[in-house]
Order: sequence, then structure tokens, then C-alpha cells
Amino acid sequence: MAVCVAVIAKENYPLYIRSSPTENELKFHYMVHTSLDVVDEKISAMGKALVDQRELYLGLLYPTEDHKVYGYVTNSKVKFVMVVDSSNTALRDNEIRSMFRKLHSSYTDVMCNPFYNPGDRIQSRAFDSMVTSMMVQVC
Amino acid sequence: MADAALFEFLHTEMVAELWAHHSDPGPGGQKMSLCVLEGMGFRVGQALGERLPQETLAFREELDILKFLCKDLWVAVFQKQMDSLRTNHQGTYVLQDNSFPLLIRMASGLQYLEEAPKFLAFTCGLLRGALSTLGIKSLVTASVASLPT
Repeated sequence: MAVCVAVIAKENYPLYIRSSPTENELKFHYMVHTSLDVVDEKISAMGKALVDQRELYLGLLYPTEDHKVYGYVTNSKVKFVMVVDSSNTALRDNEIRSMFRKLHSSYTDVMCNPFYNPGDRIQSRAFDSMVTSMMVQVC
Repeated sequence: MADAALFEFLHTEMVAELWAHHSDPGPGGQKMSLCVLEGMGFRVGQALGERLPQETLAFREELDILKFLCKDLWVAVFQKQMDSLRTNHQGTYVLQDNSFPLLIRMASGLQYLEEAPKFLAFTCGLLRGALSTLGIKSLVTASVASLPT
């Protein structure tokens, strides 16, 4: 269960950011912002690596004492960043990957929506409800 | 295949519709209609550029992206691959299709050559849109030497 989910456009501005309302939202915004540097590092490392591991899933970006931040980048250079609670040790890598895959397919649906202009903030309710299902249930 | 025919008919209707209500039959009006078609193709290309590479691994370089266009995109839209891809390694690529499905039903040889650009505008936009989603700003032009036989 994620605590914060963010979708960042290729020009590095947020298209969608949603955090679980119990905590200070600003803290999560800041975390996502700092994780973008790590994402860029990983992308450029991927470009230079000769090994054939050009995966979309970036894995754990960096851990803090309470949270872990995971990243995923699509072929169109749109980044998905997910922050999860460190205390939630039951979350396995596979589950994170499947959450990212769901995010990716919902994002593709948003892109194919003729009423959506690429580059705008995402306001689709379907996307919202998909993200809600992935976030920590607060109440 | 039924799917291919649906798109071809829709595309033919789109072109016919845009040309039927020409308020300005001079070259200015023509350009407007071509721009409209290209814009439509651009938006469709943006969406396709997001959906089609969803399961593939990350593209490492420009050539990978072009190969994706020639194989996956062309197959998805026209059920066949592009016939040849050439490059000058300095940013220009020439994609050649010897039997372009949108033109092949029209005529063979040189008849109707002036009408051909109308049917290419949408596809040019499609390519430009897909390239722009994948991170490449481009200019796509099409030319027809003679209609496919």
C-alpha cells in the first residue's frame, strides 16, 4: 500500500501527485522532488550500461528512516514515483512491480482519452479511483 | 482483414469530408485542410506512442525508436512492416513503403498523383505524434514517386 503516488512528466513537472492525508503533504512533495535526481541518475546509467537490462522498473530509489521510494520510467520518459511506509515489510518487489504496471496501463488510458491534452494535469476519475485502491486506507 | 478496411474507409471519408466543404478553394484552404489532417494524426500518434511500447523494454537510442516505428507501429496500423529504413546517421531517416495501404486501392502508376498528398497528411502526423511522445522533435514529410501497382 503506497503512502504517496506521483506521476511526473518528461519535463519534470508533476502531472499528478496524491498523498495519504494523514501526514504533511509538503514532506512527500519534497521527497518526490529529490527522488527525481536519483531517477535521472539511473536513466543515464542505463543508457551507458552495455548489459541488456533496459527495464522500465527502476527499483528502490532511496530509503529514508520511515519511507522507501520506488521509481518507474516509461518509454515516453514519464516517471512514476511511489513512496511506501518502511514499516510495511510485507510488500514484496513483485507487488511493487504490479502496482507500477497498473499505474502504467491507467496512464496509457488517460493518454488515449481524446479529451485529455498531453501535458495537462491528470483529472480523470478513473485514474483517481485506481490510485485510491493502491493507497493506504486511512479511515 | 476487416479491421484494416475500417480504418481505410474512415480515413478516406475524413479526407473527402475536409475537401467537400472548401470555403477557400485556393492553396490557402488546401493548406488548412492538410494541417487539420496532420493535427489529427499527431494526437492519434501521441496516444499510440504511449500505448504500443507499453510492454517493450526501454529504448536505448534513436535507432531503436525508428525501428519500433517501422515494425511495431506500422504493423499495428497497417498490418505490415515498413519496407526499408535508411539513415544518414545525422538525424535524417528515410522510411520507404512500396505498397502503402492507403494509396494502393486508388490507382496505379501516375494517375491521381496530385491527390496523393491529401492521403499522406494523416500518416505524417501519426509518425510525428508517436515520435514526440517518445521524446524526438521531428519534421515528417512524405513524397510519392508513383502510386503503388
